[in-house]
Amino acid sequence: MRRIPSWIWPIVVAAFIIALSRVVTNDYYMFAGYVVLQYIVLASAWNILGGYSGYVNFGSAAFFAIGAYGTVVLDKLWQPPLVVAIVFGGIVASLVGLVTAYLTLRLRGVFFAIATLALAIVLQTLVMNWDFVGGPLGYYSVRPDSIAGFPSYVNYLFVVMLGLALIAVLVARAIQLSFIGRGLAAIRDNELAAECCGVPTLLLKVFATMVSGGLMGMAGAPFPYYITYLDPNSAFSLAYGINSIAMPLIGGMTHWIGPVIGAVLLAVIQQVATVTISSELNLMIVGVLLISFITLAPNGIVGLLERYRQKRQRRPST
Amino acid sequence: MVTFNLLINAVVTGILLGGFYAAVTIGVTIAFGMLDIVNIAHPVFIIMGSFIAYIVNRHFGLDPILTVIVAAPLFFLLGIAIFRFYYAAFESSGKGSLRGLAFFFGIMFVIEVTLLLAFGVDYRLVQTSYIGPNIGFEHIDLPLRMVVPFVGSMALVLGLYIFFGHTFIGRAIKAVAQDEFALSLMAVDTVAVRQLAFGVAIATAGIAGGFLIVIQPVDPSLGREYIGRVFAICVLGGLGSISGTVIAALILGVVETITSTIFGPSWAPAVSFAALLLTLAIRPSGIMGR
Repeated sequence: MRRIPSWIWPIVVAAFIIALSRVVTNDYYMFAGYVVLQYIVLASAWNILGGYSGYVNFGSAAFFAIGAYGTVVLDKLWQPPLVVAIVFGGIVASLVGLVTAYLTLRLRGVFFAIATLALAIVLQTLVMNWDFVGGPLGYYSVRPDSIAGFPSYVNYLFVVMLGLALIAVLVARAIQLSFIGRGLAAIRDNELAAECCGVPTLLLKVFATMVSGGLMGMAGAPFPYYITYLDPNSAFSLAYGINSIAMPLIGGMTHWIGPVIGAVLLAVIQQVATVTISSELNLMIVGVLLISFITLAPNGIVGLLERYRQKRQRRPST
Repeated sequence: MVTFNLLINAVVTGILLGGFYAAVTIGVTIAFGMLDIVNIAHPVFIIMGSFIAYIVNRHFGLDPILTVIVAAPLFFLLGIAIFRFYYAAFESSGKGSLRGLAFFFGIMFVIEVTLLLAFGVDYRLVQTSYIGPNIGFEHIDLPLRMVVPFVGSMALVLGLYIFFGHTFIGRAIKAVAQDEFALSLMAVDTVAVRQLAFGVAIATAGIAGGFLIVIQPVDPSLGREYIGRVFAICVLGGLGSISGTVIAALILGVVETITSTIFGPSWAPAVSFAALLLTLAIRPSGIMGR
């Protein structure tokens, strides 16, 4: 029997979820599910650079907010269809990624990490001072009327985000399995050796940053319509920065499924915790989980599973 | 209209602020520049210092700067504890940088949220005799709440300069920064030296926290504003150089205050990012870099 190619599975799961979204009528599940899917995009996008090549990006919130505010700008000008806003957010975010990456990635990786950390703060300053998008007061975006073929607008947003999650996962998978993924893995293991073997390290790093940043921007683009009132604090929320690092680390960074596992796990925990306990406390949970996983299980859940499987395989032979 | 008088005042305030920035950054210069430990949680330790000063000032009415100087040994011990953990978990296994970064990010996060849960989002401030009055020369107003931290910061930096230049331990730390491997061949316990240096770095963070709460009211998330600033100064000064750090801090302080005088204070945080990117693009080794 021929093996079923593994790229089928994300599509099957996505199709199943769409079917499910038709049956479930309660919009709350769409609201909660949207957040989980959004984190799948952010975590998968972060992992393309951070997990595969080992360069840490602390500025996920910045790229996400670029997408969100890109939509706000377009919304004020001519209210384009959501797809246009998503593409626009993706392009602008990946251009910002290009500039940041080109200026800092030629040096030590640490500088890139610090620059992304500062990027989030500076972009927030810019937005705060930019009256066109509402400044510190924020921006109310009017949702378009419900889209034909969808029970509600929230349902539409949910399906759009599901599509984005599917794209992010498939892109992450394609990169991991291609020569780009192997090049990035070589950079992670030993950049100098990779460079000496003819791996175009700078090109690959910049490319990975652009793809990663672009996907984050795309994830942010529908956000103003989701939240309807967008202010700088919610767009640049610290939660995006920490979650998009914690999720791949906890799930496992070397395989595309890792961020998905981490995102689903952490986002669901947080959705439950926000309802039952306070929202500060649930960020605390993420922080503690992050620290314990990097010290105790550096390869995340995927690493733990692999170790377990190897042990089981070894046992019969000995 | 920006008058000459206003500009002079901005420059003077900038110098005072820059001196304080030197005290804020000096710990990163030690940890990042000399020891190669990317402690992005440094600003959060500063905020911890501020909150200790706030609690003691509120309940016992003690001077905030005196408080943090007394509390500095505690920060020193905290630094040593963190270094031990960091070393055991990341450095000894030889795969540090990425996980070390994420580790400090996690620490920053946990401390910030803990402070947030304990104290809420309100701004906290202290009461002392030197907050409020100004000393003035002809056209220049010097608020004492800036002058006192400036003098304290300069004393701290000068003390560290002497420590690193003229004491045995200080020179040992510098030697580790230069070539750790060579030193370990001479049977020096480099880990112990680095541990001590990291303790000193965190102790300076605690002291800088006392200065910070004199200059401005503090809330738990204020540390984030300082991350970009601190690393911009550290890189601009040339990693690991104390004199470079002071020069870079003064430059950044002056540019920031001039920017906020001309364009408004909300633009000040953008200055450090521009400084960081420009340094990395033009001269990555910084002002005093080798």
